[in-house]
Parts: sequence; structure tokens; C-alpha cells
Amino acid sequence: MARLKAVNQKARRVDQQTLDPKDIAQDVVGLQGGAPGSPTGPNVPLGCSFVFSPGWEVDSSGGTAGLCQPVERDLYDCHITCFWPAHVPDLYNHAPDWVAKCASAQKDWRKIDLIFP
Amino acid sequence: MPTLFRRGEFHAFAGDGAPYLYLVPSAAVFRLDDASVAVLDAIGDRDIAPADLARSLSDRFPLPDVKSAIEELVRIRAVKAFEAPVNPPIAPAPVVAAPMVTPPKKRVPLTTLVVNVTSKCNLSCTYCYEYGEDKITEASTKPRFMDEATAKQSVDFLFAESGDQQSVNLTFFGGETLLNYKVLKVALAYARERGAELGKRVEASLTTNGTLLRPEIIDWLAENDVGVTVSMDGNKEQQDQFRVFKNGMGSYDTIAPNVKDLLSRKMRRPVGARVTLTKQNLDVVSIYRHLADEMGFYEVGFAPVTTSWQRDYAIQDEGFFAMLEQFQFLAAEYLEFALAGKRHRFSNVRDTLEEIHKGLSKSHPCGAGMGLMGVATDGDVALCHRFAGSDTHKLGTVSGGVDRALQDDYLTRHHIESKTDCSKCWARPLCAGGCYHEAHTRYGDTQHANLHYCEWIRSWTNTCLEVYGAIAEKRPEFLQQFD
Repeated sequence: MARLKAVNQKARRVDQQTLDPKDIAQDVVGLQGGAPGSPTGPNVPLGCSFVFSPGWEVDSSGGTAGLCQPVERDLYDCHITCFWPAHVPDLYNHAPDWVAKCASAQKDWRKIDLIFP
Repeated sequence: MPTLFRRGEFHAFAGDGAPYLYLVPSAAVFRLDDASVAVLDAIGDRDIAPADLARSLSDRFPLPDVKSAIEELVRIRAVKAFEAPVNPPIAPAPVVAAPMVTPPKKRVPLTTLVVNVTSKCNLSCTYCYEYGEDKITEASTKPRFMDEATAKQSVDFLFAESGDQQSVNLTFFGGETLLNYKVLKVALAYARERGAELGKRVEASLTTNGTLLRPEIIDWLAENDVGVTVSMDGNKEQQDQFRVFKNGMGSYDTIAPNVKDLLSRKMRRPVGARVTLTKQNLDVVSIYRHLADEMGFYEVGFAPVTTSWQRDYAIQDEGFFAMLEQFQFLAAEYLEFALAGKRHRFSNVRDTLEEIHKGLSKSHPCGAGMGLMGVATDGDVALCHRFAGSDTHKLGTVSGGVDRALQDDYLTRHHIESKTDCSKCWARPLCAGGCYHEAHTRYGDTQHANLHYCEWIRSWTNTCLEVYGAIAEKRPEFLQQFD
């Protein structure tokens, strides 16, 4: 607080309890919040379901050299955020029948094969 | 619906000239800056729209300062922001039902048991609530002395009710406590032994009139780390007005040498004096000088006599005023000492400063019936030592435990939210309506707020807040002792 100064113990608790979320974190990220006023760590989202990553694909020439992020980015995601890069190839241009043998994902997932650009 | 601002509930006070707020009911203390003072002044007692508020301060403060001051004041609830209805209702506002008070969901463990080891006394102090004109106990039907078995049961009761508390307080009281020295000695030895087995620390203390402080008893008190409070009213003339033997002879000459003996001993727990103020004995400063400076008590605490208003020794309005002036004089001295790094012995200030620092906001005026209970000589458990022996204020027995239905009912009825008289008072976080026994004696009802000393409590609380603010301003490190 800039204008008021918490003097007694209760005032310090009121101050902590009423912190505006914008004062605690610069960024709002799923599962990040601890108790109001808890120390803010790096903004690393926790929990796989909150992570969206399009995965790596091929660039316009069919290779990986021209991608805006290196493929190693996936390894990093995996390491930091418990994210498992289960990547889906480009079903429109390069592998339209990638899931042809997989009628039911629960039963047939083993039939889905790797695709190399 | 436009937003309006309204003053929240607080008490403004000055600490060494600087502006402070005591918030109600949170009991938080905040120091203000110029912009926030101006915002509160501008709001005053009316509802005001944000734009009007900003405009009224625009010539004195830049807009961002005003905005941040409002934001912070709203955040700590010194200012309420609310949506005003566009068309005010024509019908009168609905009657708000009295707030529902429910007993605390989590049981408060018992930490202090006051054991009345005897109801007999060798003095006949005129104003005594136990024997005098205002007594409430059925003393005639109870044993005059507690026996060993009941004392040990009381100790077991304390441990059983203490939950996961690591430390318990065992306090002996009377009558004159030391008339039953034999039993309290056994009880404490038993408590220490059981405490060691259970892994709980036992802090022991007692209150005495000082007549029986023989050297062997003083030895025992020192060896067993027993905290001692001596009930004493001042110098010879002051003491002998009311604190007399049965034949009317004053007790000063008997107890002064004993007390000197006690105070010359090295005690781990400091020895305090507890003074009862009456209409005839209101010279707080001279009493303090005698007990603290001349006798050497570590701390001196004062309380007005508990009595119905028509008694000759009852303190009336002008008496409360005189008492306040002297309390304020000693409070100013306390502040001076605190700023100079010296210890002052006026415990009324110290105790209140600690409560302010911690920000206590009480649901009940004291721990009676929750963390503290009193035991009568026959083992009946009551709200506190002052009610021990009164069948109408019984909560259980040391052998049978606490009657939870009675306890819950009592806690519900005495909750601060049930005291409508207190609902608008800014001092309620600390006072919470005041002593049940005082209320019972004055109004015949423990639930009654002690309205006869409201003004006094507010003035005294304000004085202590000012002392607190001044210390926070000039020597904040002094307050660390209360952390």
C-alpha cells in the first residue's frame, strides 16, 4: 500500500488478505494462485491440461529448419511443465489419412504410426 | 446504479500528532497519509459519488493520489463502496433480523483453570464480592475448603479439557488462597507430575492477600515458580480503609513486611499487585507510587470495585472521571518510559497495548466459559472464579466434565453480536461488553452490557491507542515485545 501503513499485527493481516490479484502476479495463469500474498514464483503453469502447444510441424519446404520454434522446444515443454508432446501431424496437407486405421482411439491407438517429414 | 462512498466503521486517533485509524470490527491499526485523511474528511458522514469526491479534492491533490487513497481505504473497509438504487424505495427499509449467533464450531481448549481452594478468608474486606453485600455464591451449602481428591480431580479436568495445548495454567484462588496451602501444594505437585507424563507444561500462579506469606511459603513459591499476585490497595491509610481483619483492624502492618520479604526473593515469575479502587480510594497515582516505587512490585494493575451502584464505596460518574484522569497521567508516564527504553509498571497500559498490537477483536469480553473456567470447593465448574460456587452459573463438574449444551447456550447468549447496546460502539473489539460478573452485580444479568462505564472504556481505549500510536511513531521497536 502506498498511502496507508499497516501498524499492528491485524493490519498486516488485513493488508495481506486484501491484496489485489494484480499486485501479486503480472500474469494470470491456471493453477498458479496460492494463498493471497504468497510469494510469487516464476510463471510456470502447472498441470498438463492447461498447456496448449501446437507441437512441431514441417515448414513450407517440408523440413523443420524454417519453423519459428526449434523442435527442441517440445523437449523443454516436457521437462518444465509435465507436458507430454503427443503431436498430431498436419492432417490437411501432409498426412490426411494418418488416422484412417484408427476407428476408435481407445482400441486402435497402437495403429497410429509415426510420420517423418 | 451509480457507486457511492460512505464512511466505514473506525475510530480515528492521533499518535504523536500523526493520523491513525482503528478499524472496527477488524481491530487493525493503520497510519494515514495526507491524501487519505483528506478523503475521509471529504466523505464525512454523507454518501458521496466518486466524481464529487474527486472534484472536492482536485485543488489539493493530484487525481491519481486521491484514487489510490480511495482504493486503499475501500480495501481496508475504512470506506464502503456501494451501489445506490436509482429510485430510492418508498417503503421503509425492511427490519433487519438480529444476527444469528452460532456457537463456535471449533471448541476452544481450556488453558486456564482457576481453582478456588477455599471460600474462607481471614480478612473481612468490606467491598468483597464473595462475602460482602453483593455475594452470589451459595457459600453456606458448600465446603469451606477444597479437599485433596477434588483438587487432583480439578487438575485432571484441566488436562482432559486442554486438547492439544502444550502448556496449561493452573491458578489458585480463594477466599484467602493460602488458608488451604496444604491442598494447593499437593495439587501443584500432582499437576507437575501428571504434566510430565502427558508432556504438558504447567504454569502455576495464585492470588493472596499477603497475610500468610510466611518464609516457608515464600520458599515454596520461589522453588515451584509460582506466579504471585498480591491484592493490595496502597499505603497504610489506603489499605486499611477496606482491607481489614474481622475485628476491624487494618491489615497493612501485617502484610507489608511479608510482601517486602516476598519481593526480596529471586522469583522467576514476577510478583504483581492488584488494586481494587473504590470511591474512597481513588488516588491511583499515589497508590502506584507506593506499590511500584516504594514496595517494588514488578507490575501494578488497577480495577474498580465490582458492586451495585447504591453501595457507599461504588464509584459513580465523577469518580470514573477522576480515575480516568489519573490513569491518563500514568499512561503518559508509561509512554515517556517506553520512549526512553525504561520499563513502567502500570500493567493496565501494558495489557491493553498488547491487545491493540495483536489486533484482538473479541467475540466475548473474556475467556470465561471457553479458555478459562473456575472451580468451586466442591468441584463444581463455573464460568470463572467469580462465579465458582454459584449454582446458577454452573457449567459442569470436575468429575463429570463440562455440560456442552449449557456451555454452547452460554457462549451464544453472550456473543458480542447478541449485545445490541454494543453494536454501534467502536471500542467493542476490545471491550465486548465487559465483565459478566460486573454486569451481574450491576444489572442482575450476565448478558447485559456494562453501560455504566462505556464512556470510561472508550476514553481509556482511546488513551491507550494514542500511546500505541506515539510509540509506533517514535520507537516502533518497542512494540516487538508484543509480537
